[in-house]
Amino acid sequence: MKRVAIQAADFDVAAELAALEALGGGGVASFTGVVRGEGGLIALELEHYPAMTQAQVDRIVEEALARWPLLGVSVIHRFGRLVPGARIVFVGTASRHRTAALESCAFLIDWMKSDAPFWKKEHFGDGATQWVEARAEDELKAKGWGS
Amino acid sequence: MADLTIVYFAWVREAIGRDEERVERPAPTVSVADLVATLAARGGGYAEALGDPARLRAAIDQRFVPLDSLIGDAREVALFPPVTGG
Repeated sequence: MKRVAIQAADFDVAAELAALEALGGGGVASFTGVVRGEGGLIALELEHYPAMTQAQVDRIVEEALARWPLLGVSVIHRFGRLVPGARIVFVGTASRHRTAALESCAFLIDWMKSDAPFWKKEHFGDGATQWVEARAEDELKAKGWGS
Repeated sequence: MADLTIVYFAWVREAIGRDEERVERPAPTVSVADLVATLAARGGGYAEALGDPARLRAAIDQRFVPLDSLIGDAREVALFPPVTGG
């Protein structure tokens, strides 16, 4: 099972996990990214490259499927304006082996951070805005998986 | 041959003030970095957005590429800051 969704709408984590559990592998790992409301942040605006995003995330998922024995992978990434507490991203993996499920889940979220065409802009309560800067350590983490 | 479409994202888009434009197709020997330099020379928001290539990343026909890649017969070049998804 392979599911990639790039969407404005929220998603149901329980339903996503249930679909992965139903594959019968016995092991499901997941990561959910949620907007942090620190420093007076009132919203996070996510921009992406519509013509590229789906294909690029597909490539990242294919890479995970080639590296680990997985029964299923789900990746959901939202775009648009998200408020603190809102879910941004979901990665779920299913396998007969817990190591494969856990490692591939970590790989996928690291690669989503460094290789998917999304950009975050922070909006603060005082009207200020700021584009989030890429962190060198995120790029290093993704590179750490090799390519 | 068809024109080349250039698309911009995030603060590159904001500084330039548009998300897309069409330009006359450059010669086959022109790289993304050459295109960036030509655009930056327009001054104003272009210089602000594209004046420091080290802050930029690029894609050719929806594939990430290094800035020294040749544009060749591509249809679309995208210029943007390092990605910050996830």
